[in-house]
Amino acid sequence: MVIARPSHLVFTALLCATGVFAATFADAAWLRHRRADVMTQKRDLVARLQLTDLCLFTEARYTRHLSQADLHSAFQDHPLGLEHFPSGSLVPPPAHLMVPHEALDRKTEVPD
Amino acid sequence: MKLWIEKQKYLIDFTLSSLARRKAKNVGLLLVYTLIVFLLASVMLFTHALRHEAAHVLDGAPEVVLQRMVAGRHDLIPPGTLERVGRIRGVQKKEGRLWGYYYDPVVKANYTFMAPSNESISSGTLVVGAGLARARGLAVGNAISFRSYSGKLFGFTIARILAQESELVSADLVLMSEDDFRGFFEIAPGYFTDIALSVVNPQEVRNVATKLSLQFPDSRPILRDEILRTYESIFNWREGIVLALASLSILAFAIFAWEKASGLSAEEKREIGILKAIGWETGDVIKMKFWEGALVSLAAFLIGYVAAYLHVFHFSSSLFAPVLKGWAVLYPRFELNPVIDGFQVATLFFFTVFPYAAATLVPIWRAAITDPDSVMRG
Repeated sequence: MVIARPSHLVFTALLCATGVFAATFADAAWLRHRRADVMTQKRDLVARLQLTDLCLFTEARYTRHLSQADLHSAFQDHPLGLEHFPSGSLVPPPAHLMVPHEALDRKTEVPD
Repeated sequence: MKLWIEKQKYLIDFTLSSLARRKAKNVGLLLVYTLIVFLLASVMLFTHALRHEAAHVLDGAPEVVLQRMVAGRHDLIPPGTLERVGRIRGVQKKEGRLWGYYYDPVVKANYTFMAPSNESISSGTLVVGAGLARARGLAVGNAISFRSYSGKLFGFTIARILAQESELVSADLVLMSEDDFRGFFEIAPGYFTDIALSVVNPQEVRNVATKLSLQFPDSRPILRDEILRTYESIFNWREGIVLALASLSILAFAIFAWEKASGLSAEEKREIGILKAIGWETGDVIKMKFWEGALVSLAAFLIGYVAAYLHVFHFSSSLFAPVLKGWAVLYPRFELNPVIDGFQVATLFFFTVFPYAAATLVPIWRAAITDPDSVMRG
């Protein structure tokens, strides 16, 4: 009776795992092919209805249409009305707000 | 060559029996390692697929959307603007869009009301998104009424429900005829929410946008490129947030793995000493430990990655859905099209497999070059 060596068992297991790893790429291609019609359908709907945004957050107008929101939307209630919707934490602030700038409130050594 | 392979097989046999002697510790390590790969791969696969989906779907969005701003707020396009926009050179097609928001206190959600110009919807009927139909329990033929912002009650019949597969873009849509839309929101004829434009030459889109800004100083042109960039940055940001949260666990694992891989236990040191004493060469000891690191990290990568693939594309990312997808009252149900970026997978492989395999080698080399007697004595 031949006893399987541990190295053979491990190589077989790794070979199987590599096979499954490669199969994920094949499965992805197959799923993409199967869902191609759905993708085309979605794209056609966007073109036909002239939609501009994904329907990911519906709690506020400026989160529903992120690309169409006016530039004051984060302060829509009053000037200090900071963002309070949960999706606000998942959406990045505009790029210009993240650019560092010179501090303008420095005090001079000698009072002028 | 055959001799070399046979030698490696013996080394692996020995490595495996050595790993089996510390079963609990090594199984624990493999489990945590696999979990980390699973977490990283899930975030990576999900975000890449969603980014690709957004780019593909929104490729059909209008090339330019022109909004009118009054006191920094989005306002209606007045009569006559549409014709003036059409006279700008380079504009191929122009269309006034009619859309707006309606807050439904019943389900506490905002709907997007829209009067599509190229869809025939009879007056008094609605075409609704599948998400909305689910939230309100609607079926074709059902009646529904909405109280308009002027206080009047409007009754409609559901004529059609949009395909469930398109929920990612249509979950909250309420499509109605132009007359119904104008009547409901009391928008006079000739006014539009904004204008959608297409440009003859795609290279000229920016020039047309500049002309629009000059000719209509109170307007704000939004390009399709900007829409795509908005979503690109949102998904990048979200991936960053999840990875920032995950970084703590990755750091904990890194310390654990480094400790395990680089610091040799007294038992391991004694093992090396014995091996050297019975005639093993330094190279053999290093090769044995290399196999140990390589087998553990390779197994963790393969299991973790395959589990992440199944989790994201076959189980709708159920474990991380609230963080990765976000949430809303009318959240769309969607299945992502699996798009895998080979480069990303290769990067993940490199950063998860190599550091561990490398970390195992240095201390072993140090222990292996010292005198067996002193190593055994500790």
